Amino acid sequence: MSPFLFWIFAVLTVTFGAAVVLNRNPVASALSLVVSFLGLSALFMSLDAFFVGIIQVLVYAGAVMVLFLFIIMLLDIRVEERRRINWVAAVGGVGVAVILLIQIYVVIGHFQSARRTFPPLVASTTDDVWHIGHLLFTNYNLPFQIIGVLVLVATVGVVLLSRREPR
Amino acid sequence: MITLGDYLIVSAILFTIGFAGVMLRRNLIIILMSIELMLNAANLSLVAFSRFRVGANGLPDYNAQVFVFFVITVAAAEVAVGLGLLVALYRARQTTDVADITSLKF
Repeated sequence: MSPFLFWIFAVLTVTFGAAVVLNRNPVASALSLVVSFLGLSALFMSLDAFFVGIIQVLVYAGAVMVLFLFIIMLLDIRVEERRRINWVAAVGGVGVAVILLIQIYVVIGHFQSARRTFPPLVASTTDDVWHIGHLLFTNYNLPFQIIGVLVLVATVGVVLLSRREPR
Repeated sequence: MITLGDYLIVSAILFTIGFAGVMLRRNLIIILMSIELMLNAANLSLVAFSRFRVGANGLPDYNAQVFVFFVITVAAAEVAVGLGLLVALYRARQTTDVADITSLKF
């Protein structure tokens, strides 16, 4: 992937990620999150991870965002009214976030491999879906089944939570 | 050329945005979206390391991509439970603002 495309999608992802936090309207935040995830999916594909990029679009930009928009519609949430901003909390939160970013930046700066480019891949006759599926059903078979139980528990839990109390 | 560090820095910025969202916003829906941003930032660095660590057969390390698959599944389950809790909370209190939920405050 050319550096030009990488920077376009990186800036797209980060800009709309910031818009999620900065927008006051929850619907605008949700739509910004969709654009941010599409940019992230393009970044995944630039790393030759096509399967992960596709499920990113399907699961996040498709299912999860529809869930968010549906809940926003259901609860009929308006633009939140402007409250008195707690300046101590706001400055503290931004300060902690900036300190975290500086720390990660310094760690990456000291990380020797971070300055190397990506090694070339050989042309493969099998695609990455085959490799991921093979690993899922051999090495990671037990975690895969535990994830299945987790999703079942989450489904039952959500049904139980959203049930009305019997009078 | 694009290095591994460029991807890691994009991932770090995205994580910090999500972290700042959790710290600063008081709308529970926005907080859940910020958590999604943080999970995806971690996914980006996992995929970058997967592509960086090319094995002897000339293919990326697919273990990391399997891990990303698990993270996406858990994140989807987490969003479903989180939004279910949000609906239950809204039904009981008619609010989605964390500043209004102070029953457990010491």
